[in-house]
This record gives sequence, structure tokens and C-alpha cells, in this order.
Amino acid sequence: MADLEFQIPKYREYPEVPALQPGAMAHSRPHVASEKIQEALGFQGKLDDDWQATHDKAIAKFGELLGKYRSLKVFMDACVHCGSCTDKCHYFIGTSDPKNMPVARQELMRSVYRRYFTLAGKLFPGLVGAKDLTRELLDEWYSYFWQCSECRRCSVFCPYGIDTAEVTMAARHILDTVGYGQKYSNEIIGKVFKIGNNLGLPGPALEDTLQGLEEDVKEDTGVDVKYPLDAQGAEVLLVTPSADFFAEPHIESLIGYGKVFHAAGISWTFSSYASEAGNFGLFDGSYETMRKVALRIRQAALELGVKRIVVGECGHAWRVAYAFWNTLNGIGAGANDPFAIELQKQLDPRYPQPSHICEFTWDLIQQGRLKFDKEANDHRVITFHDSCNVARASRMGGYPGGQFDIPRNIIKAVANNFVEMAPETIREVTFCCGGGGGILTDELIEARVKGAFPRMEALQQVVEKHGVNFMATICAICKAQFTKVLPYYGFNMRLVGGVHQLVSTAIRLGNEH
Amino acid sequence: MAFELNGKTYETDEEGYLVNLSDWNEDVAKYLAQQEGVNLTDAHWEVINFLRDYYNEFQIAPAVRVLTKAIGKKLGPEKGNSQYLYELFPYGPAKQACKIAGLPKPTGCV
Repeated sequence: MADLEFQIPKYREYPEVPALQPGAMAHSRPHVASEKIQEALGFQGKLDDDWQATHDKAIAKFGELLGKYRSLKVFMDACVHCGSCTDKCHYFIGTSDPKNMPVARQELMRSVYRRYFTLAGKLFPGLVGAKDLTRELLDEWYSYFWQCSECRRCSVFCPYGIDTAEVTMAARHILDTVGYGQKYSNEIIGKVFKIGNNLGLPGPALEDTLQGLEEDVKEDTGVDVKYPLDAQGAEVLLVTPSADFFAEPHIESLIGYGKVFHAAGISWTFSSYASEAGNFGLFDGSYETMRKVALRIRQAALELGVKRIVVGECGHAWRVAYAFWNTLNGIGAGANDPFAIELQKQLDPRYPQPSHICEFTWDLIQQGRLKFDKEANDHRVITFHDSCNVARASRMGGYPGGQFDIPRNIIKAVANNFVEMAPETIREVTFCCGGGGGILTDELIEARVKGAFPRMEALQQVVEKHGVNFMATICAICKAQFTKVLPYYGFNMRLVGGVHQLVSTAIRLGNEH
Repeated sequence: MAFELNGKTYETDEEGYLVNLSDWNEDVAKYLAQQEGVNLTDAHWEVINFLRDYYNEFQIAPAVRVLTKAIGKKLGPEKGNSQYLYELFPYGPAKQACKIAGLPKPTGCV
């Protein structure tokens, strides 16, 4: 497939707000999910032929969501159009399309909210900017709500704390309900329901891949590092994005996870039934979908009898695991209903459940149970890209900011050369890679390349100044997205990798523990 | 979507991947490669044949690492790396080579 013709944004001397180009991205829209894909998720297969039917279903769903999620109603009402969010979105900065200002993107939905759910909008729509839901407007939803990666950078700057991602999720949920789903996300969720992971890797393929890795690691290091699958009675169940089994550079981190378990002498396993950490149900906020995906992990944990559940390098996975697993699948502490107690009885209360793989590794480092040859990473000058869902929707280590410190602590423990990118582009104000939240699909490559612009700009600065040649990250989407877009900005696609890829390079596999 | 070749119609998805995997034959591969701007050489066929064999066994395309290892074994270690595969299939060995080999597109965070 030849790449689309579009202009790559030019680096700016100062981070100025781009001159507006109305409609610049109006043509951007992902492939629509087929009836088969939609129905496998329990959604209507396609749009009704009769617009009125679609209209009524959309408004009814909107009303249902407003009733169910008080937050959504607050977010619809609270915005005062102050403009704080306007220039905080990477898609706006990269595309110059004013509808990619978060406030304007949300206005596509708010105008409909006012028309159908507020008195002023029902009586005097023209005075309050209320709009009827038309087919054209629904198409605009489809276009622009799939140019939001739900990264929530704009929310950090919102004086009312409006969670923009939740607005995007609601819009997408309504689109799904009326039969206007996105192929990329919904096809993937269908594969998880059917096979257990986003890629559709069946058990025998996983087994073959892991066996191959054992041979490779043995060849490289002379040590028998195991990558167990469905090992009954293992202490740890590791759930990781399936891209870790499949793609480059993801698999390098997976090799690293295995080395950490080996060096620490902790028994562990993957599950062929729950072979996916990512939970694309988050992208349209559908509770039923998220729950169905998360329940596979509960079942695997119960069946394998594990004591700990650890999540691999995956941004959305960690948000769902950290924030929602306690109610979705009962992995977490504190609840006293039978559903939660069943797992609490089994899981070891001395550890956070779930734990992030970075928490797990950092804990071992602090205990002195892992040793490293840091100079093995001396050919690398490393920087760290905070992934949005980890940065803005979770924690690690049980304290605010742990999610920023711990991955960096690991990098500094395993390597000598680490530099930070500009402070306005990292930690809680990190820029999205441009591919999160269901945008990581080939037909959205223009939005992806342009959305990556602010991150590329910050990267360019440290490449020039410090010779950075490795941008570490802890998200499968970030890794895949950067591998694809780095070359558009003149970088080598191998410039991106995982934190546990660095661990893998430096870790000693002998008898130190 | 569909294309016609030698008087037969082949159904594809929006991205040009064959809908019915059993439709694939060498002429179809050549046609799909041409659409991608890829000129098929013996080296390409090594990859395509390996992908198809692997898919027949496991119902999924191989991990990039599995593919590079297999190619390295067959064609020599200097070719057992993803850089070599990107030279053959510039849009990415997983997606582009799968399309030409008549396999479904790998999905997920890849």
C-alpha cells in the first residue's frame, strides 16, 4: 500500500499554536466494522436504512449513558469554553484542524446534548448553540472522535477537570450501538472473545514462539531461561499484550521479563486462555466488553492457582488493571463480596494485586535480588517516553508519581546514559505517541504521523543535544506506533524499545540471588 | 471490494487482503505484489512460502522473530534479520508480506 500524500509538520523554533486550517482532517475516518464484527460484540450490525431509526437509537443511548454515568452529565454541563485545552492536543498541534481542539471536538457532542437534554436547547436551540443530530453530524463524530487517542493530556489543563477521554468513549459507544463501529478495535475485541488475544494467536502458536525464544536465549547467554505457558501452580501469572509475542521491538521486553523471573528464582507462567493484557473495551468505554475481556484473566488465575498477577508493558492494560480490575474481575484488595473474596483468598496479600512488571522488577532491584552489568547498555543514550494511560490514569509503587519514577529508576539501574526530554512533554503532561486509544490502524496513518509531531519534536531536541539513540517506553501501542512513524521524521525505526529490553541487555543470569 | 484476474473475481477487504484464503494462488500473489509496488524475486518467495506453511500449521502468521530466524537458517545468517525483511517488504514484513501471501492482516498493537 502506497502511503497517503500528506505534509509532515515542520519542527518549530518555539511551540507556537499553529495557524488554523478548518476542515484539514475532515476526510480522516477509519474503516467501518462489518456486520459480522459488530454482531460478535453484541452491537447492531450496521446503520439502519431509515435515518430516523438511527437518530432515535443514538439519542436513546445518549440518554441512557447520561443516566448511568453522572460524570458524563457533569462533563457535558461544566465546560465554559475557556480554551485552556485548545493547544494541548497533539492531534490539534499536528493537524491544525480546529475541530481537533478538545473543546471543539467535544462540542460536536455537547451541541447535541443541549438540543435534546436541556430546557434552553429544547426551546431556543439557536440561542445556545444546540444542534439536531443529523447524519452529517454523526459522520463528523465518526471522523473526529476517531482522532482522539483518549490520552487525557487536555484534561490535565482543564480547570473543571473534564475527562475528555470519557466524552470520546461515550460518543464511540453511541456509534457502536447504532451500528457505526470501528473495524480496527472491534475486530480485535472479537478475536479476544474467540481466541484470547488481540492478534488471534492460538495456544500452539504461542507455545512454538516461546519455545523458539528459549532456544534463542540459550544460544545468546548459555543459560536455560524458561518461558512457561499454562504452568499449573506457578507463583506468578504474567499477562502481557499479545504484541509482545509477535512484534519487534516488543518481543525484546518479553525476553527481559523471563530473565527477571529466572534471575530472581520466582516461578511464573503465561496463560494461553488469558494471553492478552490490553483491553480495547476501554476505547468505547463499554463496561460489558471490558468485563468480558477482563474475566478471562480471572478464570486463568483461578485455574492456574497463581499467587500473584503481574501485568506486562502495556498502557491501556495497566489503566484497566489498576483502576477497574477490582470490580471487573475481582483482582484487587478490599472488597468483601464473594466474587472478590474468592480471589483474595488465593492471591498473596503481601504484594499489590495486580502489580505492574516495572513495580515487580524495581522491588527486586531494591531487595538486591537482581544484578546488572550496566556497561552492557553503554552503546545506548536513553530517554523515556511516558505512555499516557500509565502516566495520567494509574500509579505504581503505591505513591503519587511512582508511575513516573519507577520506570526511570529501572533504566538508571541498568544503564549509564539517561537523559530527559523537555519537561513540558513528559510525566503527567506527556504527549501521546499518536496511536493510542484505537488510532493505531493503517488507514489513520495521516492522523498518526501528525499526532506524533509534538513527541518527535521533543525527541529531536535530545537527539541533537545528547545523541539519544534509544527511546524507552512501556506500552505496546507506543512501540508499534513509533516503529511506524519514526521514519517519517527521519529517525531509525529501531530508536524505540522497551524498558525490559534494557533490563534484558544488562541483567546477570548467574547465581547471584 | 474485489479485483479481477484471468477472468475470475477475487474478493478483498478494504485494505486489499483476500477475504477467502483459499482463493490464493501464485498469480494472485503476483497481482497483489504489483499493487504494492513489490517485484517478487526468489527471496520474496522464500518468505511467502514460509508464511503460508506456518499459517497452515498454526492458523496465524509467525512472529517477526520466528520468521527472521527461519529465513536466516535457510538463506544465511546475514539475511536473518528484520532489516533484510524490510528491504524485501518495505511496508513491513508482517503486514505487507502477509497480504501478498494471501493471509489475514495481523491485528493488535503491531
